[in-house]
Amino acid sequence: MSKVRVLVGTRKGAFILTSNEKRKRWSVSGPHFAGWEMYHLKGSPVDPNRIYASQSSGWFGQVMQRSDDGGQTWTAVGNKFDYVGDPGTHQWFDGSQRPWAFKRVWRVEPSLTDADTVYAGIEDAALFKSTDAGQTWEELPGLRAVKGHLWQPGAGGMCLHTIVQDPTNPQRLYVAISAAGAFRTDDGGATWRPINIGLNSGSELPDPSAEVGHCVHSIALHPTRPDVLFMQKHWDVMRSTDAGDSWHEVSGDLPSDFGFPIAVHAHEPGTVYVVPIKSDSEHYPPEGKLRVYRSRGGGGEWEALTDGLPQKDCYVNVLRSAMSVDTFDPCGIYFGTTGGQVYGSSNAGDKWSAIVRDLPPVLSVEAQIIP
Amino acid sequence: MIRVTLPHHLRTLAGTSSEIALEVPAPITHAAVLAALEARYPMLRGTIRDQNTGERRPFIRFFACGQDLSHEPHDSALPEAVAAGTQPYRIVGAMAGG
Repeated sequence: MSKVRVLVGTRKGAFILTSNEKRKRWSVSGPHFAGWEMYHLKGSPVDPNRIYASQSSGWFGQVMQRSDDGGQTWTAVGNKFDYVGDPGTHQWFDGSQRPWAFKRVWRVEPSLTDADTVYAGIEDAALFKSTDAGQTWEELPGLRAVKGHLWQPGAGGMCLHTIVQDPTNPQRLYVAISAAGAFRTDDGGATWRPINIGLNSGSELPDPSAEVGHCVHSIALHPTRPDVLFMQKHWDVMRSTDAGDSWHEVSGDLPSDFGFPIAVHAHEPGTVYVVPIKSDSEHYPPEGKLRVYRSRGGGGEWEALTDGLPQKDCYVNVLRSAMSVDTFDPCGIYFGTTGGQVYGSSNAGDKWSAIVRDLPPVLSVEAQIIP
Repeated sequence: MIRVTLPHHLRTLAGTSSEIALEVPAPITHAAVLAALEARYPMLRGTIRDQNTGERRPFIRFFACGQDLSHEPHDSALPEAVAAGTQPYRIVGAMAGG
């Protein structure tokens, strides 16, 4: 019988939640890497027991981990992320230029086709690739050539936090950077172009429609419609139907269009989920009610999903990498909060329950099916 | 043998006990001890000092014989008691409150 495994990265370690297709009873293992910040863990679609993890610490820096047995044992792999050539400088908050410097890995994204190939999104923003299961890492420097000197950090750091692969075209990748925007390559990462036309950042940028500089929070697509992208921007929920060449706002009737994660239903390409947050100044749900919003029409009209979620006095946040879907039918959806709860729904969001309640602040959630 | 102690998280990462004994070729310097440590425990590379520059990470301290040696040059000789193995070379994570 197939199982679902939910990989949870937190401020103080990683946790692995496991259940069967019913998703009623869960086993919890962890903390793995106790005391370390686990920014992101993700399993290979080719070999689900091959898991890559980013382990970091303000004291001890960056460590990369790999498991080949579904998270039972781990091996430290390569943690050397050297930019190609002299990376030069990028813009700093005060308008000065500051040297590019590696700080941490925000995202690991295993290849859709090769278990030994994995991408890493780092701060200061750059994309790295390993083709030897994480032992060595090589930058794809063409990304920084896209006006990198004009990128500047958001409050969370100048991080490359989103990596999306087109399942129908191995040469096409999307990335998103705070606060630089979204970018696409059509040649496997050699060259890149900004894909920010239609984004409006009037509150954050002097030129609201600048080519780069937008604070994109996350991007998602459905594998059967890879040219349709959904984006949660700093403010605004956006959709593109042309692989990011242009974007249109689909915030519609959301109570707030600020938020961090965005996810697409595993079997309904037009069904999308967001978690509205009150504002960029108040990182918690509007009215103290934790609500996931679902649109079945690709945005515009949204319904609040509240059954099983706290509807008063709730002031947690849900971070950009902390929502994920599984591919069971009905689709499962999961998200983690800065209050340490991981909520799950086994019916596409209609009803929720807390799988765990008292973890450290949750940084990332990734669901995978184990055949 | 040079005796080296590690902070909790690095002991866990390296899968080792509280004190390590290392063969280190003379002269016994910070850089020589760290090189021997990283050779035996490759997973520690980058966690104590920068892999390219050799610079100590900001929240790491090196103590020995009741002294803070963190700001000594990489190639400076360690105290005789460390070189003789009667005192440990202590790698310490800086304190954090809150």
